[in-house]
Amino acid sequence: MRGFATLLDRLAYTPARNDKLRLMADYFAATPDPERGWALAVLTGSLSLRLPFRRIMTEMIEGRIDPVLFKLSRDYVGDTAETLALLWPGPEADAQTEPPPLETIVEELSQANAGEAADLVSAWLDRLDAVERWALLKLITGALRVGVSARLAKTALAEWSGQKLDDIEEVWHGLAPPYPQLFGWLAGEAPKPNVEEMPIFRPLMLSHAIEDDELDAIAADAFQAEWKWDGIRVQLSTMAGEHRLFSRTGDDISGAFPDVFEGLPENCVLDGELLVMREGEVQPFNDLQQRLNRKTVTANMLKTYPAHIRLYDILYDDGEDVRALSLEERRTRLEAWYARHGPARADLSETLEFDDIAELKQLWENARETGIEGLMLKRRASPYLSGRPKGHWYKWKRAPLTLDAVVMYAQRGSGKRSSYYSDYTFGAWRPSDDGGEELVPVGKSYFGFTDAELQELDRWVRNHTVDRFGPVRQVEPKLVFEVAFDSVHPSTRHKSGVAMRFPRVHRIRWDKPADEADRLETLVKMIEG
Amino acid sequence: MQRRMQPKVFDSWLAVDRKGLYCRPGGFHIDPHGPAEKAIVTHAHADHARPGLGAALATEETLAIMKARLGEGAPRSPQILAYGEVLKIGDVNVWLAPAGHVLGSAQVVIEWEGVRAVVSGDYKRQADPTCAPFELVPCDLFVTEATFALPVFRHGDPADEIGKLLRSVEQFPERTHAVGAYGLGKTQRVIKLLREAGYDRPIWLHGALQETCATYERFGIDLGDLRPATGEKRETMRGEIVLAPPSAITDRWSRRLPDPVTAFASGWMRVRARARQRGVELPIVLSDHADWDELVQTIDETGADEIWVTHGQEDALLHHIHMRGKRGRALRLIGFEEEDQ
Repeated sequence: MRGFATLLDRLAYTPARNDKLRLMADYFAATPDPERGWALAVLTGSLSLRLPFRRIMTEMIEGRIDPVLFKLSRDYVGDTAETLALLWPGPEADAQTEPPPLETIVEELSQANAGEAADLVSAWLDRLDAVERWALLKLITGALRVGVSARLAKTALAEWSGQKLDDIEEVWHGLAPPYPQLFGWLAGEAPKPNVEEMPIFRPLMLSHAIEDDELDAIAADAFQAEWKWDGIRVQLSTMAGEHRLFSRTGDDISGAFPDVFEGLPENCVLDGELLVMREGEVQPFNDLQQRLNRKTVTANMLKTYPAHIRLYDILYDDGEDVRALSLEERRTRLEAWYARHGPARADLSETLEFDDIAELKQLWENARETGIEGLMLKRRASPYLSGRPKGHWYKWKRAPLTLDAVVMYAQRGSGKRSSYYSDYTFGAWRPSDDGGEELVPVGKSYFGFTDAELQELDRWVRNHTVDRFGPVRQVEPKLVFEVAFDSVHPSTRHKSGVAMRFPRVHRIRWDKPADEADRLETLVKMIEG
Repeated sequence: MQRRMQPKVFDSWLAVDRKGLYCRPGGFHIDPHGPAEKAIVTHAHADHARPGLGAALATEETLAIMKARLGEGAPRSPQILAYGEVLKIGDVNVWLAPAGHVLGSAQVVIEWEGVRAVVSGDYKRQADPTCAPFELVPCDLFVTEATFALPVFRHGDPADEIGKLLRSVEQFPERTHAVGAYGLGKTQRVIKLLREAGYDRPIWLHGALQETCATYERFGIDLGDLRPATGEKRETMRGEIVLAPPSAITDRWSRRLPDPVTAFASGWMRVRARARQRGVELPIVLSDHADWDELVQTIDETGADEIWVTHGQEDALLHHIHMRGKRGRALRLIGFEEEDQ
C-alpha cells in the first residue's frame, strides 16, 4: 500500500505526461506481483468495488469525530475523502508499521457489505499515514482524479518492459486483474498471452485532425473518403458465440443496444458508427443520447430510438483476422461480407467519389446535412493499426464557427505553464440592467496560440489586471479573441445560457476594439436545430 | 507564583487597542501592527515586526534580523532581552521564553499583581535545528496563534518530507528543484534539514533569501555551501536544488531554470487544493507553526483557564476550547497574514 499511495500522490501533483510515465514505470519495475497488478487495475479503471462511499463515511465518522470540527475542516479542504484522511484521529502511523498490502485491501473489500467495509476501513486507517489514508479512501470513492488514463498507464507498461503498446492493447481486454500473465510476459518470464479466439474488444484505429499542409500534400488516388458521422464509434463482435458491442474505449455497451445484433452472423468483428435511424434517415445526436449510459433498454425506447450501425471496416471476417490486409482489400472483404449476410440493422458507409482535392473540398464545404460532422480520409494501402498512427487516417471536420469575444479573466496554467496566465475566459456583449452593455462569459480556452503569443498574452494580462482572486486575474475588457468552436448549445449551467463545444483561440485580434466584439445574440443564433 | 481567585479580569491591564495588543501597566504594545512608542517584538517576521517602532525590546537575534530587513525602518532604540532575563517595566515583570518558531522567536511572559499572561506569538513544538526549542510556561492567560487550527493540519516528520524532495531529485536528475520557502526561518530550516539528511551539494538561493541566511550563520547556524542562483548559467542548475520566495517559484523568475519541479515547503501543502492552486508539483509539508495537535496540547499544558486567539482559523480552536470548559476569545487582530504564504 505504501508504494501505491506514494505513486498516486506523486501522479496527482505531476502535470507532465513524460514525468507521469516515469513515475509509473519506476513503480512497475520496483513492485512485486500481485500488488502492481492491482495497482494497474486501479489506474486503468478496471477495478470497481461498488461500495456506498457516503454510507461508509458516515458510519466511520459517527462517534469518532466531532461534527463541528469535521464540518469546518470539510469546508476548508473542499473534499470529503481528503478531509477524513487528514483528520483521522490517533497518532500518525510511523514508517516502521507495515500497512496492509493492496491485494488484502481489494480482496477483503470485494467481499464486504457497507457495514463490514466501514469496520475494515477504520481498522486500516489506524495503521496508515495521511497519504496512505487518502489513497485508500480515494480507492473506495472510485474516483482517483490523478490525471492518468488507461492508455497512459499502458504506455508506462510499454516503456518499462520494452514491449510494444499495440501488443499490450491487443491482449489487454482478454486479461483480468491482477494480470499475472501480463506481468509474466512483460517481465520476460512467460510467453505473450494468447487472445486470438476470445470475444474481446480489439484496439481501434484512430484518426488525426488534418492540417492544411497535409491536405495539400495528399495524393487523391491514395485515399478513400467517407462522411464523418456524428454518432459514436463502436466495435461489434460475435466471436466465440458471444455478442458484444464495445464503445471506443472498450466498454461493453451490449446491454443497452440488443437491437443491433439482429441477423448478425457469428465470428466477425466490425468497426462502425452507432446511430439512431428512422426511415433511412440519420437522427440528431441528441436522439442517440437517449439510449446511451443505460444498462438495459425498454421496448418503447427500442421503438422510438431504433439503433443502427453504419459499417466502415472489418477486423475478423468469418473467424479470419484480416487486420493485416490493406484498407482496399478489407473494403472488398466488407462489401462481400455484407452481400453474404445482409444484417438488418447495418449498412455500409458510402465511399465518396472524387478526382482531385478541389472536388473533395467541394464535398466538404457542402457537408451540412444532419448527422454529418465532416469527412474521413483513409489511406487505401494501410493495414488496420491500433492507436493513432500518423499518416493513415485523417478526420476533416466541418469549418468551425467563430466569434469575436472579449477576454475577461486569465488564470495560471499548470506544469510548464504555471508561471504564465494561459487559461482565458472570454465574454460577449449583452444589454445590462442599467440600460448599458455588459460582458457575460461565454467560454474558456487555453490553446490555439503559439508559445511566442503566450509570452505576449502573459505580459498583456499582467499589465491590464484590475483584480486578483487567487490564481485568477480579472483584466480590463480590452482584448479581443477570435474564438473558433465546433458548435454551440443551450446550457442552464452557464450564466450566458449557452455553451460552446471545443472552443479554441483562433486569432488574437490585437487590432480590434473591444466594443466591436460580438454580441451574445449572435452566438445564440448559431445554435442548431 | 501566587494565583488570584476566580474570576480573573485581564481586560483591565491587557487589551486590544487600535495598534494591537497593549499592556497598560507596562505601557507597551506587543507586536503592534504599526508605529508605536514602546513595543515588545516576539519575532522578526514582517507582520509581527513592523517598521517605525520607537523603543523595542526583543532577543538579540530578532533585533539583528529586523535591522537587516527593515534598514531605516528598524526600531530607533532597540534593547536586547535574553531568554529568561526578567525585566521590570512599570508595575509588571516581563521576560522572554523561546517559542521554537524561528531564530530569536520568543513568547512574552508578563506578570502583574500575581497573575501571569503568556503572549506566545507564533510557535511550534516540533524540533527545529535552527532555533531554540519551545519552552512551556504555565500561566493564567495564554494568548495563542491559530494559523493551522483545524484538525486536518497535522504536520508529519520533517525528515520524511525532506526525504520526498531528495527522492524526487534522484528520480528527475535533469530537472531543477525549485523550492518555495519563506525567507526567514523556513529557508534556513529546509537547508539545515537537507544537510542533516546528508545532502552536501551547493544549495542555490534567490537573491531575496541571502541576507537572512547570512544572519543565521553569524549566529552560529552552519548552512553549508550556499550560492546565489541569480546570474548563474541555466545548464549549471540541472539537478540542483534552488530556494526562492514562494511568489517567485511559479512566476517569471522561475523561467530561468531548466524544466523546474515546483516544490513548496509549507504547512498549507497538507491540503491538496492549496497546493494545486499554487501550481505546486512537489508539496513539502513543513511548517514553523504549531499544528492542531500541538495547539491543543499546548493550551492544555499551560494550565490557563482563559485562552485568547490572535489570528488564523479561530472558529475551530474556540470550539475546542469551549468543549474543554475553558474561556476562549478571538482577538481578531488585524494585520496578521498567512505568513507561510
